[in-house]
Amino acid sequence: MEEERHADAKIRAETGTGSSPRGPGCSLRHFACEQNLLSRPDGSASFLQGDTSVLAGVYGPAEVKVSKEIFNKATLEVILRPKIGLPGVAEKSRERLIRNTCEAAVLGTLHPRTSITVVLQVVSDAGSLLACCLNAACIALVDAGVPMRALFCGVTCALDSDGSLVLDPTSKQEKLQQCLAAAQAASQHIFRFYRESLQRRYSKS
Amino acid sequence: MKETPLSNCERRFLLRAIEEKKRLDGRQTYDYRNIRISFGTDYGCCIVELGKTRVLGQVSCELVAPKLNRATEGILFFNLELSQMAAPAFEPGRQSDLLVKLNRLLERCLRNSKCIDTESLCVVAGEKVWQIRVDLHLLNHDGNIIDAASIAAIVALCHFRRPDVSVQGDEVTLYTPEERDPVPLSIHHMPICVSFAFFQQGTYLLVDPNEREERVMDGLLVIAMNKHREICTIQSSGGIMLLKDQVLRCSKIAGVKVAEITELIQKALENDQKVRKEGGKFGFAESIANQRITAFKMEKASIDTSDVEEKAEEIIAEAEPPSEVVSKPVLWTPGTAQIGEGVENSWGDLEDSEKEDDDEGGSDEAIILDSIKMDTGIEVSDIGSQDAPIILSDSEEEEMIILEPDKNPKKIRTQTTGVKQEKAPNKKPVKRRKKKRAAN
Repeated sequence: MEEERHADAKIRAETGTGSSPRGPGCSLRHFACEQNLLSRPDGSASFLQGDTSVLAGVYGPAEVKVSKEIFNKATLEVILRPKIGLPGVAEKSRERLIRNTCEAAVLGTLHPRTSITVVLQVVSDAGSLLACCLNAACIALVDAGVPMRALFCGVTCALDSDGSLVLDPTSKQEKLQQCLAAAQAASQHIFRFYRESLQRRYSKS
Repeated sequence: MKETPLSNCERRFLLRAIEEKKRLDGRQTYDYRNIRISFGTDYGCCIVELGKTRVLGQVSCELVAPKLNRATEGILFFNLELSQMAAPAFEPGRQSDLLVKLNRLLERCLRNSKCIDTESLCVVAGEKVWQIRVDLHLLNHDGNIIDAASIAAIVALCHFRRPDVSVQGDEVTLYTPEERDPVPLSIHHMPICVSFAFFQQGTYLLVDPNEREERVMDGLLVIAMNKHREICTIQSSGGIMLLKDQVLRCSKIAGVKVAEITELIQKALENDQKVRKEGGKFGFAESIANQRITAFKMEKASIDTSDVEEKAEEIIAEAEPPSEVVSKPVLWTPGTAQIGEGVENSWGDLEDSEKEDDDEGGSDEAIILDSIKMDTGIEVSDIGSQDAPIILSDSEEEEMIILEPDKNPKKIRTQTTGVKQEKAPNKKPVKRRKKKRAAN
């Protein structure tokens, strides 16, 4: 597990002998989401977190090349395109992470020998890009009607590290788990947001 | 993915409609679709929607060494990408022809027309110049990519602000946006491409073809013009032969359209500048309409992190790997297995008609199974060589029944009984499957 994630929510880490951090003003930025905004992909979503914005399009389940087909489940492919320049190694590593997450959530065994393609386009990046990509991918998969066993979301957490924390691995690991717990709390808000946005969409149909 | 081919009847329908001066979306021959321009929070970022075709444009700049033969000029770089999101057929290896054509046209339109003053991009002659990079991403393909892309490019360039630079003797100071306000690029004019699609060897023309119309067109004429009625680029593709007065007529129409579009662009740029100056909210978040049911917003939410320590302990204590879902193959009969479930039948309650279909289907299957088991090379039709012709099914298709000649009468009778016997077991797995679905 990576020990340092870059900032979105502001969590101040206390130095010293592991006293519990008081819950300061941790907050999620303003959220917005639009679904089904593109006509060609089967599902599409635009997710905005503050000034960070990612557009996701999903095609699937669709035809797959024989070289890429898996006999008992769907082949999931994730493509992440940066706004400026050609995609590089950082994009590849993010694609892999998003693909692993999607594979865990999508019920690929219901559609063997098909392909599900998730295309992500970074529209603007103001921090917490990976989390925004994950959220956009999830809503786009829901919009496409791909069967999933669960919804997933991304939250970014920061560790402010001083000299003492870096040297002391156990307390750093503790802080890491606290990050996870804080992320869990935040993810409840995101799931409530998902639920309400889908409720709104299907309430008038 | 391969592109789904256009069916002949759809092609004929479109061409017939065009002959009668009708377009599928109700537009007139010379009408453009609705153009919508929205800006992002950073300078130089915009999204242009031409009907449903959507293009994202971003301009960025960098200080580089100039080209050797142009030591006092800045560098312009254009890149249009057809994202895989835009159409299923746009795979990395497959779109090279279209991509090259669009990129070349865009470069000719913007670079050769000298709409941007490259001399003003020079910082230190021969050493440092600005390289302006325009990245365009096609997000949704509903026809007329080149028009949308050219509008996105010129809007992004007009919107962009580069960092301010000052040169004092040998010293070059690059100011950050906080120190000094960034400076806009010096743009002389705004070239915009207008596309004309021709049908039936140049007899009929349409402005701003959408994706279906593009598929059935014979040829395409693209005219890039600015609001001063100067033609920047003109390109005719598809091999149709155009008459002189046709081209002149198209250029007049283009003049009118470009004037309208330029006015729209100016208004959008002014609006954005006003909002930024007044300190209002700007960016893509504001351009999401509030009224649509497919859009949803949530304000800033604060999270209570006071009990993170206890929760952390719990997570470590209770963590276990997620359960695996493995698909189990189900064997219906020897030779028929099923992996996965496919998609639920969404046609509603068709219980009765489904049963009848299954019966007929069952009987067909039974006959074919029996005939395969017999394994003779003689193909004998069952009409005419029997004593008692028995109608086995209502279907009108002639079935190939392979029968052994001396066993005919017996076989048929056993077949019918066999069919009835086969019907029953055939029904069961089908019913089982239905029940399984109902349970699901």
